[in-house]
Amino acid sequence: MMPIPRFWREIKQRYKGIGSVCKNCEKMYFPPRKICPECRRESFQNMEPVELDGRGEVVTYTEIHEPHTEFDKHSPYIMAIVEMKEGVRLTGHLVNVDLEDVESGMKVEATMRKLGEESRDGMIYYGYKFWPVDE
Amino acid sequence: MLSSEKRYLLEVSDLRDVAIIGVGETRLGELWDKSLRELGIEAGLKALKDAGLKGDEVEKLYVGNMSAGKLIDQEHIAPLIADYAGISEVPSTRVESGSASGGIALAEGFKAVASGMEDIVVVGGAEKMTDVGEQEAKDILSSTADQEWETVFGATFVSLYAMMARYHMEKYGTTKDQLAQVAVKNHSNAAKNPNAQFPREIKKEFVKNAPMVADPLGMFDCAPISDGAASVVLCPAERAESFHGKPVKIAGIGQGGDYMSVHERKHICTMKATERAAKKAYSRAGIGPRDIDFAEVHDNYTITEIMSIEDLGFFKKGEGGKATEEGKTDINSHIPINTSGGLKAKGRPVGAVGLNQAVEAVLQLREDAGERQVNEPRYGLIHNIGGTGASSIVHILKRWS
Repeated sequence: MMPIPRFWREIKQRYKGIGSVCKNCEKMYFPPRKICPECRRESFQNMEPVELDGRGEVVTYTEIHEPHTEFDKHSPYIMAIVEMKEGVRLTGHLVNVDLEDVESGMKVEATMRKLGEESRDGMIYYGYKFWPVDE
Repeated sequence: MLSSEKRYLLEVSDLRDVAIIGVGETRLGELWDKSLRELGIEAGLKALKDAGLKGDEVEKLYVGNMSAGKLIDQEHIAPLIADYAGISEVPSTRVESGSASGGIALAEGFKAVASGMEDIVVVGGAEKMTDVGEQEAKDILSSTADQEWETVFGATFVSLYAMMARYHMEKYGTTKDQLAQVAVKNHSNAAKNPNAQFPREIKKEFVKNAPMVADPLGMFDCAPISDGAASVVLCPAERAESFHGKPVKIAGIGQGGDYMSVHERKHICTMKATERAAKKAYSRAGIGPRDIDFAEVHDNYTITEIMSIEDLGFFKKGEGGKATEEGKTDINSHIPINTSGGLKAKGRPVGAVGLNQAVEAVLQLREDAGERQVNEPRYGLIHNIGGTGASSIVHILKRWS
């Protein structure tokens, strides 16, 4: 896991799904950016926070059989790139579903979950995961 | 916007032509009895010997290395290698850009010579990956993805490529058989390379039935963890014939960039960084993909070779798998790809990869590649990707005469 302060700095965005929108071209970003890659300098100090609705669909996915050490107990588990309703994409763990039931285009929803922990008495990392929802 | 209208302060014609006058590399593999500095020195000395230089002619050293800080707990490795190579007075610089560190170090060396700043420049790449356990080495590879927005959620390095693979398969009908054929071909080429980590042929069924790592990629879709080093000696083309070695010309270079995270890229199985790098390199060399006689491409996973031969313009998007299956990338076919065995079978000393590729391209263009020699090549291309594709570098090398 990354150093605690590096995780801590992005907690608000990671817990609440807060991205940013460029007030110059209205394009949305998650994770939030200070500069819009389309408008560049013109977007500086013109980006506003925006909360994601939390629903989206699977773009592509994989089942991981050789995880990082801290994810060992979940193995095998499914990772997906999800396109949110707002058009932004993110990477996350897909739970409550078996590989053979996953398909591209499947509707999913973000949910707050424990991602891992430093040690038995150490810091716990939380963040979003996804699970399938009915259309 | 940027590139098309850009006026260069120095026109390409103002730059000096650059030649590679010597190459050297170590064997790749799990080399437990050799340290990073020993590997770096071995490759460097072989390259100097190949060029017929003593060592005191060297004016500058660049070292491509991805992660000595994490892998062997040693930073500041460029002077470390220079010192024990007996050239402690020579200025040395480490270059890092994930797994493209080696290729980008070569580009920096090229610029130093082309600009007229230096004449004799040694560019090396070295990585020592097996001093840590295999799992730790893989975690370190993952740190070239975005730790805050990809790996923290459980994504591994290979899983990000696995998602590109599934996207390619669903969009273009690429099959597991076609992925497996990349591994079969590269192992077959490595069997003719004495420096390869896995110099032996494997069967397609073996690749397809290997344990899954990240579906659809299995163990034999993945390049290994390797120790190794490679080095080249550069000089201005006008001086190249005054040395002992057989020169090869660097005809064009191009570097490209893209979003750090895979999920930010609209077309998940196209690497824009590679397309951008290739476009610049072809334009600077004044040729196109059809003029290339062979290429060393970044095959850290089988899918990456398929995507890259499309992104480099050898095949249309979506046709890389089929072309591989039809044997069009075999030695002495349409466009031989990874005659060395590639990262897949020659090995992946990650920050040295770009230099390993340069060594193979030079041997091919000098017709010194032995059993795996391509028939009278004129142009060879080498392609090195950083991380999951946020950086990419392409060099086009040309036969001397």
